[in-house]
Amino acid sequence: MKNCFINGLSAISTQDTFESDFVNSLKTVNPNENILRATEPNYKAFIPPAAIRRMAKGIKMGVATSAKALEEAGLTQVEAIITGTGMGCSQDSEKFLKNILDNHEQFLTPTSFIQSTHNTVAAQIALRLACKGYNFTYVNGAVSFESALLDACMQITAADIASVLVGGIDEYAAHTFSLYELVGFIKDKKNVPFSVLNPTTKGTVFSEGATFFALENTKNASTYAEVVDIQLRNKLTSAELPTFIASFLEKNNLETSAIDVLIVGNNGDVEFDGFYKEAMHGFKDSIHLYYKHLSGEYNTASAFGLWVAANILRQQEIPEILRINAIEKKGYRNIVLYNQYRGLDHSLVLLKSVN
Amino acid sequence: MDNLKLELKTKIIETLNLEDLSVEEIADNDPLFGDGLGLDSIDALELIVLMDKDYGIKLTDPKEGKSIFQSIQTMATYIEQNRTK
Amino acid sequence: MKIAITGMGIISAIGNTVAENFAALKSGKAGISNLENISNSVHKGVLKVGEIKLSDSALAAMLKLPETHNFSRTSLLGAYAAKKAVENANISDINAYATGLVSATSVGGMDKTEQYFYQYFEDPSVRKFITSHDAGDVSHKIADALGLKGMVTTISTACSSAANAIMMGARLIASGQLDRVIVGGTDALSKFTINGFNTLMILSDTYNTPFDENRKGLNLGEAAAYLVLESDKVIKETNKEVLAYLSGYGNANDAYHQTASSANGEGAFLAMKKALQMANISSFTIDYINVHGTATPNNDLSEGHALQRVFGTAVPHFSSTKPYTGHTLAAAAAIEAVYSILALQHNLVFPNLNFKNKMEELYIQPTTVLLEKELNTVLSNSFGFGGNCSALIFSKP
Repeated sequence: MKNCFINGLSAISTQDTFESDFVNSLKTVNPNENILRATEPNYKAFIPPAAIRRMAKGIKMGVATSAKALEEAGLTQVEAIITGTGMGCSQDSEKFLKNILDNHEQFLTPTSFIQSTHNTVAAQIALRLACKGYNFTYVNGAVSFESALLDACMQITAADIASVLVGGIDEYAAHTFSLYELVGFIKDKKNVPFSVLNPTTKGTVFSEGATFFALENTKNASTYAEVVDIQLRNKLTSAELPTFIASFLEKNNLETSAIDVLIVGNNGDVEFDGFYKEAMHGFKDSIHLYYKHLSGEYNTASAFGLWVAANILRQQEIPEILRINAIEKKGYRNIVLYNQYRGLDHSLVLLKSVN
Repeated sequence: MDNLKLELKTKIIETLNLEDLSVEEIADNDPLFGDGLGLDSIDALELIVLMDKDYGIKLTDPKEGKSIFQSIQTMATYIEQNRTK
Repeated sequence: MKIAITGMGIISAIGNTVAENFAALKSGKAGISNLENISNSVHKGVLKVGEIKLSDSALAAMLKLPETHNFSRTSLLGAYAAKKAVENANISDINAYATGLVSATSVGGMDKTEQYFYQYFEDPSVRKFITSHDAGDVSHKIADALGLKGMVTTISTACSSAANAIMMGARLIASGQLDRVIVGGTDALSKFTINGFNTLMILSDTYNTPFDENRKGLNLGEAAAYLVLESDKVIKETNKEVLAYLSGYGNANDAYHQTASSANGEGAFLAMKKALQMANISSFTIDYINVHGTATPNNDLSEGHALQRVFGTAVPHFSSTKPYTGHTLAAAAAIEAVYSILALQHNLVFPNLNFKNKMEELYIQPTTVLLEKELNTVLSNSFGFGGNCSALIFSKP
């Protein structure tokens, strides 16, 4: 039985997370926007021009963050690549579908179709690394990333593999986002300004991003944290949540009091943020943090949450901008992340400090 | 013929997103695939659609493309001889 | 590691039940016909596909869904097949054990998205389908249809998706995370995939002919199939009949090209090797291979070379069942898992239909007749875009 350590990470998000360090990268976003876009680096340092010319944003974000996570872990190769994406390569899907409909199935070209498959990012990373190992892509709403993380950790703990790249990627796509506005998943602009912690309206502020982690079965100087356990559930009522959390802690032989920090996935939707209130209620003595006011909501935004958690455990420092309550602790050992989206796809992740 | 070649260069750069390349940098006899422009099999499929859409030339077998898409010169010659629009 | 399979359900172009599929396989009755259901496609009446000749409303009626439902065709097919699998496994309370669903799809609810893409903005009555687009919605719908509350996730690795769903299900049981997992895949035909494969110029204008020298490409198909995997604990406690065991699996990436397979079939070779290693058997133990065999020039050549590399001069009987069903993308490995289990149960190698001439580059050729022989171990291959290669090994109980 091996343990699963985060030895490298990288995020492209609405924040300046790719270039800047953890504490300094997090800034308040414009509360009058209902859609936020990721801050992109110059990709040319990570992707050769011949490859970049066909890539939509999600692919570029994924390839760049995976490269940086790998580099940070001091690795040049991994034994597996596992990604999660809620919506997949939406830009290319939309582009190809529009061409089909607008041109009545005539004069269609293959590039956007080829790049539209959900596993394009994982495949491009494999091509770039010439990685012939295990290659999986999970596509299940808000647990897309957690499914990938669970798969990765199961294989590491079972000693099937020693290293793996795990990431979550979702990109902005114009048509998809306008449909989300139509059904009220994205907040109506006439209700600005928006607040994630004290919302008054339904829906959420949508965004995009890519977050990658290099996981290994050994601890080293660059280790951020240990991923201890992951639990997923398709649906729950608010009343069932405490039992879901309690059995997760019990499985890991932990009392609520051992959890120093609870990180919740509040996205400012009055209809569904009650789940987080219920979760925080169960961790009265823990520090409560949130992050989607900085990252926006997207199906794999919870990977950004894990990025926050891992950074906190390594640096033993909590930026004020993340805080919900004022509880103080001497140090941070155990962090639980809880996330759901519209009452579906609940996930719990337990992270432990290696110090 | 010269106009056609210029037109092809412009279209190839645009269709295949060869942003870093300018029309002047593509010589008529440069190989499009392999060591020249470095195009690949996916680009070949894009070029087959371009032939159909813009010049009314239907290629049903991707293998036919091999000789036609050798260079701008060979493409232009084939189009001159076979175009229907 | 051996994971028990206790139930299976399927719907494909050759039948709505396991029995119907088996009867068609045995009698050599293919399900390829001209496209009918997508009424506003230029390919209607012309393109050869493995289509299920049931309308969405007929499928919804079979599932007893209310008029107001927002199931995509992919979800309808998936829910139907998954329910049949659970029935077949004699499960009365789906949540009696820690149960999960790992489902695969490549198009998700694309059939509805392409139908209402622009209409959504003008017509509120169709907006209920907006949330049916993503792959995860398909799995949620299936889980709801089964009444399943537990771990639900979806895998999308193009044409190898369902094989990977089966693998993940097995891993969840082996690691002790779950006692029971419903695994499989579903994909409906859509304009999106038909036109997509058409742009790649790999669709045949006639019936697909896997491993034939003059093969012209694939026929697309639609299908769904699910298996019930259960832990040894559940088998013991419920004293349940085991249909077959999943005794090995392997996944590897060809890392060669975004869509094409490498000439020597490196990814396929690695996936098969891993599966054999995991099952702890030599290549000589494999009695039959249900090959990926899409009938594209590229796949069959690459897979053929990989088979010759793994098995040398002793390549066992092999056949592709895609002439029966078409290539059903994310469902392919699931329906072929059902066919592999049927082969084991009945000691039959199903014929590779439409084959005439051996490929020049290979020394092997597929089995073209219904062959009766004792089968104990069957290998099933599935490969997909993005270099994704998977191999599964099934064995007799």
